[in-house]
Amino acid sequence: MAGEVVAGADALVVDEKDHVATALKDIAAGDTVHYRSKDQLVTVVALDPIPFGHKIALVDMEEGTHVKKYGEVIGRATIAIERGRHVHVHNVEGIRGRGDQSQEA
Amino acid sequence: MDHIKGYQRANGEYGIRNHLLVIPTVICANQVCNRISQSVSGTVSIPHQHGCSQIGADKVRTFETLAGTGRNPNVGAVIIVSLGCEVINPHELAQSIGETGKPVEVIDIQEVGGSVKAIQKGIEIAKRLRAGLDQEPVVDVPISELRIGVKCGGSDATSGMASNPALGVASDILIAKGGTVVISETTEIIGAEHVMAARCSTPEVADKLYHFIERFEVEINRMGADMRGGNPSPGNIAGGLSTIEEKSLGCISKCGTSPLVGAFEYAEAVPGKGLYFMDSPGNDIECVSGMAASGVHLVCFTTGRGTPTGAAVIPVIKITGNERVFKSMNDNLDVDVSAMLNGTLGLNEAGEAIWQEIVEVADGKETKAEILGHQEFSINRIGPTL
Repeated sequence: MAGEVVAGADALVVDEKDHVATALKDIAAGDTVHYRSKDQLVTVVALDPIPFGHKIALVDMEEGTHVKKYGEVIGRATIAIERGRHVHVHNVEGIRGRGDQSQEA
Repeated sequence: MDHIKGYQRANGEYGIRNHLLVIPTVICANQVCNRISQSVSGTVSIPHQHGCSQIGADKVRTFETLAGTGRNPNVGAVIIVSLGCEVINPHELAQSIGETGKPVEVIDIQEVGGSVKAIQKGIEIAKRLRAGLDQEPVVDVPISELRIGVKCGGSDATSGMASNPALGVASDILIAKGGTVVISETTEIIGAEHVMAARCSTPEVADKLYHFIERFEVEINRMGADMRGGNPSPGNIAGGLSTIEEKSLGCISKCGTSPLVGAFEYAEAVPGKGLYFMDSPGNDIECVSGMAASGVHLVCFTTGRGTPTGAAVIPVIKITGNERVFKSMNDNLDVDVSAMLNGTLGLNEAGEAIWQEIVEVADGKETKAEILGHQEFSINRIGPTL
């Protein structure tokens, strides 16, 4: 399911439906990030530092957006997320395994 | 290579290692078992915290895990050490393991009169059994007899992008050769179960998979907590994984693309050939111990953060897609597929490299975890201690 990495890319998009790319190196705020999308080499400017392995937003997302990676939903945006922002636990929450939101709790 | 070297057991199964295993039925027998295994080389013991003050399905699970570990074909002979008053019955355990035809002997600490006498008796038995095992002939084993577990632990974002999909290629190679792959970690298919269910060979298998997941989610709801922080763990989160869904979607690629032909309970014997799912927590040691008890010969273990653990009776091959960790924890890691992430190593090439390592380890090459003596063992508990 993972896409193969193209030499020279700074971030990997696994599926064309994805809202995020995964950083292949440490990225500083202000850096221009190269990634491949639908066979095009595209760029996005990082608005935050994005550590290796962390995610950068490729599109603007409203609060409540079901965020996609691997072409599947990985969670829900807890606030609006701009293109170029670091996407992680501060702005995405899991939808599953939420005993804290359970009726039984 | 379509054959590897191994040992044929009395029940027709093949082992890729020839261990003499010392099993404590209860925590109270741990020290006696450790002293026996320290005194006779080529002997491994599996100390654990359980075996007493347990009832019902929880007691059965502990029994089945101990029995399955003893029945694993990598084990040639077994010594069971009992205190004498615990809930796990050593003679029932000996009978279950003995059905495989391998030698099993029981020592009762209360009966022989204390630790020193039990250790002395154990050493004498161990020396005799070990001498017998050393006479076992090495035979050719068809690769189609090989059963492997696929596991990930200490994951980061490289696991989902590199090491897991590469391991998936190796899994597909083994299935294509007629072998068997077991994937597990019920908690780590949460959010990806629809993808797995679509690959099940029958609706019954998919139903069983959904049943395992529902059972886990009911427990999480009962705890009243968000699973994030426990799984994904703090290390997973530091490595870039934000939610259990993201972790799961990265996890499942490690079992390749073959149809899922069955699903079974923790520590139950693998029912046949092909790709199977075993119910288990994601916890590394509990999961790998359950896989060993189910009868897999070895486990392929991907990691991004790095982890040293092995297993008592099966080799554990460590695979990483994280270049920094392969260098910093090189004494623990066997295969590096990080070049996938700079575009210089293709997915299929990486999978072939893992497959080559599987064949070599099955054929006798020691893994890093074996060289360092990592023999971790732990039993999944599902009930309270009384």
